[in-house]
Amino acid sequence: MLTVISFYLLAFVAVAAAFMVIAARNPVHSVMYLILTFFSAAGLFILMGAEFLALLLVMVYVGAVAVLFLFVVMMLDVDFVEMKQGFLNNIGFGLLVAGILLLEMLMVGATYVWKDGSTVVARGDEVSNIEAFGRVLYTDYAGVFEAAGFVLLVAMIGAIVLTLRDRDGVRKQDAMSQMSRTKETGMEMVDIEPGHGVG
Amino acid sequence: MSEFLLDYLPVLILLGIATAFSLALLLAPAIIAPKSADTEKLSTYECGFNAFDDSRMKFDVRFYLVAILFIIFDIEVAFLFPYAVSLDQVGFWGWFVVMIFLAELAVGLAYAWKLGALDWE
Repeated sequence: MLTVISFYLLAFVAVAAAFMVIAARNPVHSVMYLILTFFSAAGLFILMGAEFLALLLVMVYVGAVAVLFLFVVMMLDVDFVEMKQGFLNNIGFGLLVAGILLLEMLMVGATYVWKDGSTVVARGDEVSNIEAFGRVLYTDYAGVFEAAGFVLLVAMIGAIVLTLRDRDGVRKQDAMSQMSRTKETGMEMVDIEPGHGVG
Repeated sequence: MSEFLLDYLPVLILLGIATAFSLALLLAPAIIAPKSADTEKLSTYECGFNAFDDSRMKFDVRFYLVAILFIIFDIEVAFLFPYAVSLDQVGFWGWFVVMIFLAELAVGLAYAWKLGALDWE
């Protein structure tokens, strides 16, 4: 009973928050609603028994991806009035992406019907979710696992190539040269005559 | 309800308490606090003088680089959690696979280090 109530509550909050992501006028509020959606999805994962996935969702998406989204929203320096004017120009492409996503979701639903309502079991009787992951991730799905590593590598190199540039005239910290300063290089002894100053 | 979900019942109760408490803190001032607002009170306050600018301003892209490097190593560690649990079950082959994975990201770390992406200026 409590499970059913929790499911409908979480599902309702997830859908409502997802709607508010696109309905909110302020992009920062949209990101906040997106975080709420992630949280609700994590709750749904726990109801399915996939506790590791749920905590990963909170850790990676709420903890890091949402921060990235906020950075992007703040970096863009958006003029909201100007942004709304070009809305209809992008509607064709937007509909295309939305259509592909809808098709994918229908395919997931169709698989569920076609396979007589059987769903993926997130945990066995005696192994926890994280252990079930560990058993297959590094053996059966080793190729996909390494591919994920390469995707992360590409993301890292891409981010560095796109955003890193050398700036002149800024002070940088250089631990080695700072620590290897000696008394000779770091200071100068000046014998000042009375009444003349340093200059 | 399964035994497993019962373990998460305290979390649910905690969520309920947290929601009720924060709602109470939000609603109580709205009901009991005295309000006598005027334009000067409601205007933006910036250390006594009138606000210079919009609070929304451009961020330096370097913050984004730090954040994305953080998220990549965050995910890398997340991938290693199941390995810690199933260490005795995946055997040598599993260890080998994880080492290749770590080597891939070590290449990325070396690249970031060499180019100075980890330095602040």
